[in-house]
Amino acid sequence: MTGEHILDVRKLSVGYRSDGGYIDAVRNVSFKLGREKLGIVGESGSGKSTIGRALLRLLPTARITAESIRFEELDLLNISEREMLKVRGRRMSMILQDPKFSLNPIRRVGDQISEAYLTHFKCAKADARAKTIDMLQAVQIRDPERVYDLYPHEVSGGMGQRIMIAMMLLTDPDVVIADEPTSALDVTVRLQVLNILDRLVSERGIGLIMISHDLNLVRNFCDRVLIMYAGQVVESLKAPELSNAQHPYTQGLLAAQPRIGGGRTPLKVLDRRPEWKEPLEVQA
Amino acid sequence: MKSVNVKNLTITLGEGSKAVTILPNVSFSVEPGECFGLVGESGSGKSTILRCMSLLFKQWEGEIRLGNQSVRDMPLIERCRTLQMVFQDPYGSLHPRQSVRTVLSEPLRIHKLDRQKERMERAITEVGLPVEFLDRYPHQLSGGQRQRVAIARALILEPSILLLDEPTSALDVSVQAEILNLLADLRARKGFTYLMVSHDLAVVDYMCDRFAVMQAGDIVEILSRDMLEGNKATHPYARQLIDASLEYDSAI
Ligand SMILES: Nc1ncnc2c1ncn2[C@@H]1O[C@H](COP(=O)(O)OP(=O)(O)O)[C@@H](O)[C@H]1O
Ligand SMILES: Nc1ncnc2c1ncn2[C@@H]1O[C@H](COP(=O)(O)OP(=O)(O)O)[C@@H](O)[C@H]1O
Ligand SMILES: [Mg+2]
Ligand SMILES: [Mg+2]
Repeated sequence: MTGEHILDVRKLSVGYRSDGGYIDAVRNVSFKLGREKLGIVGESGSGKSTIGRALLRLLPTARITAESIRFEELDLLNISEREMLKVRGRRMSMILQDPKFSLNPIRRVGDQISEAYLTHFKCAKADARAKTIDMLQAVQIRDPERVYDLYPHEVSGGMGQRIMIAMMLLTDPDVVIADEPTSALDVTVRLQVLNILDRLVSERGIGLIMISHDLNLVRNFCDRVLIMYAGQVVESLKAPELSNAQHPYTQGLLAAQPRIGGGRTPLKVLDRRPEWKEPLEVQA
Repeated sequence: MKSVNVKNLTITLGEGSKAVTILPNVSFSVEPGECFGLVGESGSGKSTILRCMSLLFKQWEGEIRLGNQSVRDMPLIERCRTLQMVFQDPYGSLHPRQSVRTVLSEPLRIHKLDRQKERMERAITEVGLPVEFLDRYPHQLSGGQRQRVAIARALILEPSILLLDEPTSALDVSVQAEILNLLADLRARKGFTYLMVSHDLAVVDYMCDRFAVMQAGDIVEILSRDMLEGNKATHPYARQLIDASLEYDSAI
């Protein structure tokens, strides 16, 4: 949105190791991220999560190549793992689909948030606790003192996801990657969580990458959307202009989606074309 | 075509101090050939209703009638040939080491039906897969193809009622479209009665004639499909659910 870009990814390719060599899961993906909400949408297996993990360098055995991956003053492609530790979870963090996998089941949620903060900031435990409680309040948890002492299994899905948002935003990151953050939630709870995330991200000027298989979600929630197919970005659009999509894959996705009040003629089925996999370069 | 009548269905799960009444008292009826939806937040008891109907849970009280017969009074073979279930997860519901042929022949063998080859070929064709797929194993199938096989397995005994528990929730929208088209087409051709659980009201609008909104084990309101647009529900939770779905769906 603004001229200032936090993240600039050029020609990112990611290959996973297999018997014969590497299989590319992401091919030549380029995009810039400002203080905005960027959606990455596409069917399962299209490479969305791989992009998120590659940016945070969570794929030690994969082959990651790019012209450059610039994050603020850093060149993420070439900095050491030690420097990366100061980025991951501090300046760039990730929210995953199921908080149950990100939280330790036998530790109180509040302690886990405080500890994540203390990993990156030197301060007294009591101060970390106070910050955590403020943050729980910011994600609209009503009784933060009580929730601080709960264990992960004692919180509902929606509250668990708000706790994750609190944990990931407490270190004041510049980029947040949210990978299907609300896919496991009921629609009513989903909207609450999205609204909270939306407000915090805008207030704090965070650049958000929202990974989702759900076109409605990115369309409603994001400023811009990248559409992925078979590891490539096939199209990049402003969210309000999604219905003017040019690529037949994007058009096919839109047409396949049933809508309330949308009638009962058979839903359009994707006619996958081999040429959609041919190399192309979309600048976003 | 068969109707479904559920009256005062009650079930408590768990033992002793952990016993929880999951369904306090549920009643509804489905017309022959109707598609009836069950919606509501997760944990509200939608799957439990289907499990009671198919006697995966047996310890319920109340009455469930399929056509003019109580499901408890039906001999196993007759029950299986009246009612079949399709589950959400096409990955979990097929045994990894069973070929499609084995999956489809098992019910035929158990119920000692004749013309097995012909029945299998008919079922696999009916769900839009080539007959050669009988020799495939689950890992050789995509998610959508697996769900087609699961539907073929439900069809093979030629039931009149299908219980569909989130049959497309685990699938991509493009694949969901194929499966919804298939289910709509089968119903039109064969006059099935469907009971369909979904969390997606757009899917319910596409498939169902009426639907029940559930909250904490109770049906709080039964609505016809045309009450979705403009939200004509009256119960507060039903209104909230429909509002959220409309807001979610609204873009364009
Ligand atoms: N750790 C891994 N090892 C090998 N292949 C993987 C691994 N993770 C993902 N893949 C493959 O990479 C492709 C992209 O996966 P992913 O990025 O998870 O897609 P998405 O998030 O869009 O569903 C898929 O074909 C997937 O099977
Ligand atoms: N086998 C079981 N034993 C005890 N409780 C169960 C069992 N199966 C489901 N439940 C509980 O019953 C409630 C309803 O579950 P379910 O019918 O699966 O909900 P839905 O399908 O609407 O998400 C939930 O609170 C769930 O935890
Ligand atoms: Mg993913
Ligand atoms: Mg269920």
